[in-house]
Amino acid sequence: MRRVWALVWKDLLVEFRGREFLGAMVVFALITIVTLNFAFDLSRGDREASGAGGLWIAFLFAGMLGLGRSLAVERDRGTLEGLTLCPVDAGTIFLGKFISNVLFIVIVQAVSLPVFYGLYNLPSLEPMVLLMAVIGAIGLAGLGTLFSALAASSRAREILMPLLLFPLAIPLVIGTVRATTLIFQGDGAEAWPWFNLLAAFDVIFVTLSYIVFDLVLEE
Amino acid sequence: MMQRNSTNRSDMLVMGLGLLTVAVLTLGIFMAFVYAPSDLAQGNAQRIFYVHVPMAWLAYLAMAVVFVGSVGYMWKRSARMDRLARSSAELGFLFTTLVLITGSLWGRPIWNAWWQWEARLTTTLILWFIFIGYFMVRAYAGDRERGARYAAVLGIIGAIDVPIIHQSVTWWRTLHPEPIVLDTGGPNLPDSMLATLLVCLAGFTLLYAYLMVQKTRIETVRDALAERELTALFAPESETLDRRPVAPVSRNVSGAAED
Repeated sequence: MRRVWALVWKDLLVEFRGREFLGAMVVFALITIVTLNFAFDLSRGDREASGAGGLWIAFLFAGMLGLGRSLAVERDRGTLEGLTLCPVDAGTIFLGKFISNVLFIVIVQAVSLPVFYGLYNLPSLEPMVLLMAVIGAIGLAGLGTLFSALAASSRAREILMPLLLFPLAIPLVIGTVRATTLIFQGDGAEAWPWFNLLAAFDVIFVTLSYIVFDLVLEE
Repeated sequence: MMQRNSTNRSDMLVMGLGLLTVAVLTLGIFMAFVYAPSDLAQGNAQRIFYVHVPMAWLAYLAMAVVFVGSVGYMWKRSARMDRLARSSAELGFLFTTLVLITGSLWGRPIWNAWWQWEARLTTTLILWFIFIGYFMVRAYAGDRERGARYAAVLGIIGAIDVPIIHQSVTWWRTLHPEPIVLDTGGPNLPDSMLATLLVCLAGFTLLYAYLMVQKTRIETVRDALAERELTALFAPESETLDRRPVAPVSRNVSGAAED
């Protein structure tokens, strides 16, 4: 576990010093939220019904953008070899990358949610919404980290990432959007089945990614 | 000489499987068009089910085989397991495409719409995208061995995701205020229709098995060919390798695999 934290610390330090993609992710999420407002031109009732969709599309896009870079950058710099030479197994490298990616997405959400609250006037700062955001971030980062590693050493990596992530993240999109919509409409209690489904999704795919990551990194 | 004999025997078996497939499918088509009564409510449009249901079953069966092949590849790293997975993926993609097309053809007269966002339909559509992702990962990976590993990752993740996708779409639909259109009672099917459906299911499953055998054979030859090209590339002095025709080698390989 200490090794995992060392890897996480390394990623945070690199990001803090280089400021490579976190800033871009945040701005991208905000610009998506703003653009979607023009795309749909929502009235009050529509906002309750569709606002959550816009919010999660923004997270999904921003997450994809940032996650897509997370292993590609390592490969381009040649630091991926360094990582694989470390005396840690592939699963540990996955966990390190996964945790730092969760943190990046949560930071994006931490900026976007208050802005969303201000712009759309929806209760996006409710504890349940925040919990849903974190559960969604975990699932997104789990699959995203795995596919980022797949895409990193492939041709056409930018297009490969969404092609893999979008279909497989469908349960995540449906679950987070439905649950957040229910909370926005004041039926928070009905959202609990979705919490369970998403929690199960997170556990299954983070565990699976941990197991199969070995197949990806082995060169 | 022994090698030849066993190859011949396996060729005979494959041909027998092919003939059996043709026989059962012919019977199935006859039953679907002549023996089975036409549906009271849906008329003749209902007959597409005798193709549609087997296609759907094979789409998911093929994905299950991809999963088995992928897990097997992760476990043993055997080229055979990868061939199994990728052959099944290609057939699965074909059947998934066909189930979407036949479903839409049926939906147009019955629902008055090509498409409904219903759980089974939506899951099948996503399955179609997962198959595409599976091929793209393999194609973009650069080299064959890496492609096999990456495809195995997608084979495992994708297959496990399918039931979860189905579950989430089901809830999404039922928690939405919309009527459920698709209500084809399976158990209250008349015997003649059920018999037709079962024969068609058997026929198309045989077809899948037959195509799988042929497809894995082709892939075996293809692998052997790629192997020889590599050998020729890295050892240019052994030029005799290039001149031998490919076919005998492939026969040896497939024969050896079945011994």
